[in-house]
Amino acid sequence: MGATGIIFRREFRAYTRSPMGYIVAAVVLLLDGFLFYAVALGPRAGQLLSGQALDGFLYNASGMTAVAAVALSIRLIAEERQTGTLLLLDTSPVRDWEIVLGKFLSALAFLGAITVATLYMPLMILVNGKIAVGHILIGYLGLICLGGAVLSIGVFATSLTRHQLVAAAVASVITGTLFLFSGMAQVVGAPLGRVFAALTIHGRHWAGFGSGILHLRDLVYYAALTYFFLYAATKVMEAKRWE
Amino acid sequence: MVQLTEVTKYYGRKRALGPVSCEIEKGDTVGFLGLNGVGKTTLLRILACGLRPSSGRVRIDGLDVLQDPHEVRKRVGYLPEIPPVYRDMTVRDYLAFAGRIKGMTPEAVARRIPEVEERARVTEVADMPAGHLSQGYRQRVGVAQAIIHEPELLILDEPTHDLDPVQIMEMRGMIRSLKDSHTILISSHILPEISQTCDRLLILDEGEIVASGTEEELGEMLLQSRRVAVTIREGGGEENNGSAANGGAPMVIGRIPGVIGVQRSDRGEGAIEETGTVTFEVECKTDLRAEVCSVLVENGYDVIALARAQRDLERVFVGLVGRERT
Repeated sequence: MGATGIIFRREFRAYTRSPMGYIVAAVVLLLDGFLFYAVALGPRAGQLLSGQALDGFLYNASGMTAVAAVALSIRLIAEERQTGTLLLLDTSPVRDWEIVLGKFLSALAFLGAITVATLYMPLMILVNGKIAVGHILIGYLGLICLGGAVLSIGVFATSLTRHQLVAAAVASVITGTLFLFSGMAQVVGAPLGRVFAALTIHGRHWAGFGSGILHLRDLVYYAALTYFFLYAATKVMEAKRWE
Repeated sequence: MVQLTEVTKYYGRKRALGPVSCEIEKGDTVGFLGLNGVGKTTLLRILACGLRPSSGRVRIDGLDVLQDPHEVRKRVGYLPEIPPVYRDMTVRDYLAFAGRIKGMTPEAVARRIPEVEERARVTEVADMPAGHLSQGYRQRVGVAQAIIHEPELLILDEPTHDLDPVQIMEMRGMIRSLKDSHTILISSHILPEISQTCDRLLILDEGEIVASGTEEELGEMLLQSRRVAVTIREGGGEENNGSAANGGAPMVIGRIPGVIGVQRSDRGEGAIEETGTVTFEVECKTDLRAEVCSVLVENGYDVIALARAQRDLERVFVGLVGRERT
């Protein structure tokens, strides 16, 4: 196991040992449950087709996933800078990208575990309604892609500072701006509107996953966004390590 | 083992270190002594490959820290001023993590952990979360992580920081026990810590090395005189009818060739606070402990204690940095 794997294991265990991990998991599961009730079991039950109910649930879950991703990522490097433990990694034979990747993957794995724990809700629609399993799988793939992209933004933000609140603010502003691009694309005409539509983290790139359609361009977009911010975080780590 | 050539470090326009040049031989235990903020930590972090120098060349075991940082890090164990201990991990898990991250195989880590726990005396807390440990234990765990991969160079930044007197003594003992197997660099602004554990001192002021050598060499170089603290029992002294404090003993000591002056020093360095004793501080051109002792005994005084005044090193230090410690 390389350094990435060693850091991944430490960080994943840190989530399972800290109240923060359980609080994020509990809040996500609780709110997803409420939102699922509102869409599929509440007063509107019966008015929506099964596919529409699943689409609505996935749409709500995508917002929760983004918020959870910010919450899970902000501690990753800022906390280590604050407590001085980053010096252990900085003075060990570990490369900066290995630190960034190990931490990112641990957060992604934990977020993935929380996301998988919500699967019982779409399975209830599957059992009681008429939807394709593929719709659920593609929807959850979208949640993981979106979550990964927001996590990478959080990792970048947490690499900038020793203060978790500052990291949270930076991550929220970047993520919020990328979400807002979706609305701006509709307000602003072409060609700027197209640029906003192409850059938004939700809207156009989420729509396919929500309705169970897999577009290569959406996968490429989330992968590119994730790579970009992880690369930026690595560069920040390098600069700070040798500052 | 360590070669520094014209090394500097700037934070923006502010010079924090240098230019510094020095060589440290394999097996040496060297102390970096200086006031707070003179660049000790900056220098040690550069040596630990945690900070890039602004200019100059640093070689450790023949390797350049800028060209082979990865290889250098494998050869260096570093304990920062605040031990880099994950509070949510047990001591044993933490040491395993530290070993693995420093490139050891799982088998090597498993073999090494009991040895390191024993050496750092943390065996009894090995299953406790590090966050529950006292400062003293955390410091020891910090030392344990620094030596787990058996580095050739061990760098300890203020290793007795925030420790109580008993813990300080234990830490000194631990450092002494590591001297056989490592080249050790220690930084501190506490004089006894450096003088009691190091073979050689490098004194830093305003980012530069202003003196280096053994305590003796520095003393020879800078002090015009030496001080000896001697404690005798009151009431002794055949010649002076029992008046040890009032003229008798100082007069006897003062007759020794090379003695510059004698003064009573009940609360001074080396004074023994014991009823019925009196302490004198003897200023002399060379170390005259033996002569002082024999003259006093010959004249019927009971010598209770005799030592070089610790203030000698402080005088060297203050003389070099040009101002009083704050």
